[in-house]
Amino acid sequence: MFSILRQILHDGVLTEAPPEIDPELQAAKRRLSDEIARRFRRSLFIREIDAGSCNGCELEIHALGIPYYNVEAMGIKFTASPRHADLLLVTGPVAKNMEVAVKRAYDATPEPKLVVATGDCGCTGGIFGESYACCGRVSNVIPVDVSIPGCPPTPLRLIQGILAAVGGSGDRDQESGIR
Amino acid sequence: MLFLDQPLEFTRVEGGDALAYTARADFEAFGEFALAAYESGRRLVALWGGDERDAETPGIAVCAAFDLPEGLACVKLVCPVEDAVFPDLSGFFPAADRMQRAVRDLVGAAPRGGDLRPWLRHANWPADYFPLRSDAPEARFDTANENYEFVRVGGDGVHEIAVGPIHAGIIEPGHFRFSVMGESVLRLEERLGWKHKGIERRFSGMSLADGLKLAGRVSGDSTVAYAWAYSQAAEMICGVTAPPRAAWLRALFLERERVANHLGDLGYLGNDVALSFGLMQFMRIKEDWLRLNARLFGHRFMMDKIVPGGVTVDLDDAGVAEVVEQCRTTERDVHRLKDVYEEHAGLQDRFLTTGRVTPELAKRLGAVGVAARASGQCVDLRADHPVSPYDRVKPVVAMEERGDVAARALVRFAEIDESLRLIRALVDGLPQGGVWNAARSEPGKRGFGWVEGWRGDVFVALETGADGKIRRCHPRDPSWMNWPLLEHAIIDNIVPDFPLINKSFNLSYAGPDL
Repeated sequence: MFSILRQILHDGVLTEAPPEIDPELQAAKRRLSDEIARRFRRSLFIREIDAGSCNGCELEIHALGIPYYNVEAMGIKFTASPRHADLLLVTGPVAKNMEVAVKRAYDATPEPKLVVATGDCGCTGGIFGESYACCGRVSNVIPVDVSIPGCPPTPLRLIQGILAAVGGSGDRDQESGIR
Repeated sequence: MLFLDQPLEFTRVEGGDALAYTARADFEAFGEFALAAYESGRRLVALWGGDERDAETPGIAVCAAFDLPEGLACVKLVCPVEDAVFPDLSGFFPAADRMQRAVRDLVGAAPRGGDLRPWLRHANWPADYFPLRSDAPEARFDTANENYEFVRVGGDGVHEIAVGPIHAGIIEPGHFRFSVMGESVLRLEERLGWKHKGIERRFSGMSLADGLKLAGRVSGDSTVAYAWAYSQAAEMICGVTAPPRAAWLRALFLERERVANHLGDLGYLGNDVALSFGLMQFMRIKEDWLRLNARLFGHRFMMDKIVPGGVTVDLDDAGVAEVVEQCRTTERDVHRLKDVYEEHAGLQDRFLTTGRVTPELAKRLGAVGVAARASGQCVDLRADHPVSPYDRVKPVVAMEERGDVAARALVRFAEIDESLRLIRALVDGLPQGGVWNAARSEPGKRGFGWVEGWRGDVFVALETGADGKIRRCHPRDPSWMNWPLLEHAIIDNIVPDFPLINKSFNLSYAGPDL
């Protein structure tokens, strides 16, 4: 126990004073918190769905929870069930074998719900495209509110994309415009 | 050249720096060579098929690659399309089972005997549509409900728990069917293939340059290993080798990928036993590594930085200093965290004896990578078949015998230490010179790549057609070999320990789903 406390004390609070953090990210974080407070009363529940990614996007989504980005402190929580979710964060092109599961997860998510297509594959089908085995971009299968390009999108881009989704007008299929 | 006293004449594949040999075999000789390889304790590396009806010996080809002391030995059987059968290898190489089923789904050649259930095909395309046959049209099909025949466990009080394809966490999709008595797992059957995106069909017709991007996205967490293996294969085809400096930089990228992934795994292993302190600490260090990757090499995961002919980025002296400094701080922090993990009674209680794979079982199932080395199997391509620069920096293979979650964690700790040593040696001995040689595709050639990624060995078989474009590319993820291990590791453990055991293997779904 002592060594754990010592290590925690040694590291300090990285979230507040990380020297190499991008100032742009801090601004995005504050704006995101305000939007979440306004629209979801300080709590946004995200259900992540891997519809057929290469797993690169998942690595970056994992990073959102670490001390540097610490999205949980802003009221964002990744939930285990689509039934508890406000927002579906969908990665990958939709593999044909995942089409039914993705549609079911979407149907299980209560209204109002937001869908963010994540990564180049989620936005366009990416390098995998459409084929006998692949439905291509997420919006070919379920309605999409915001798309976050990148291969994979960095944690910063992910936060900005989520911000675009909660701050958006709710019109379907609008591009976040982040490049 | 003959191997294993079998009457198959092998020829060496020219070009490149890895040792690979190929031979033709008929039905009997194919099976006998595989059996001889098994009996002399060698491993099956990959099994894949292709449509060669336009070749000199026309038919459906089935290839098997074996790990021999001399290098990689690839045996090809060409069978007639109307009677496309090949010997069932799953009786002695259990990992062949799912590969054989994938061959049947994709090219329509079936093993004679063994498991004939579909694997990658989930009833979402017709059973007579073989996507890797050259005359299979571009097509879209309606989805259908699959009635997959899981093996049923009977008896009083036995019930099933079905999990997936979508799981509770931020992880890839797969389906696990547990047969359970009380809390104890009697049997686990995996049903994978959910992420099948038709990658192998996608490869056909691509240029070697475009193929590199696709290869680097078969399993994104191993993008460096895939890019290197693919580039090795492409370099055999082009008849070039990467300049010495590029080879050393490739190894630097590969070891950095290994450290980053091991750090993440150690963090999540802590998290899975409710020590979120471990997750935050290790993920913080991992993020530092990703950020330095982005700053020095232009991408957090170093995607597309290894290309046929060399690498696309160089490292200057200031970069070397940053890499060395990061090794120092990481070593210090990881050693502190290792002490915490070792002294934490709750963590040790969950890790020890959980999800055990005995050395005998690991050998029997043909385990690879971290999981194999945690069960006493000394398999590591960097030591077994070292290419430059591993022949110079000589990695020490990390080994444990117990084969439980604790052993797989300890192997990762040891491999981080060893990779940090290797990274220092690599930047210290970095040869001078260029980092790229022009590589032009040659028509009608084949090449092989084989690289020890952080999870295990990544294998790539590549062929060009008459136009110099890719005719066939088969990337084989190490997870093919280790998923069956997980089915055994969970037996007699309790259901709540499954996430921990699963994490201790951390296998790729995207990689084998293709």
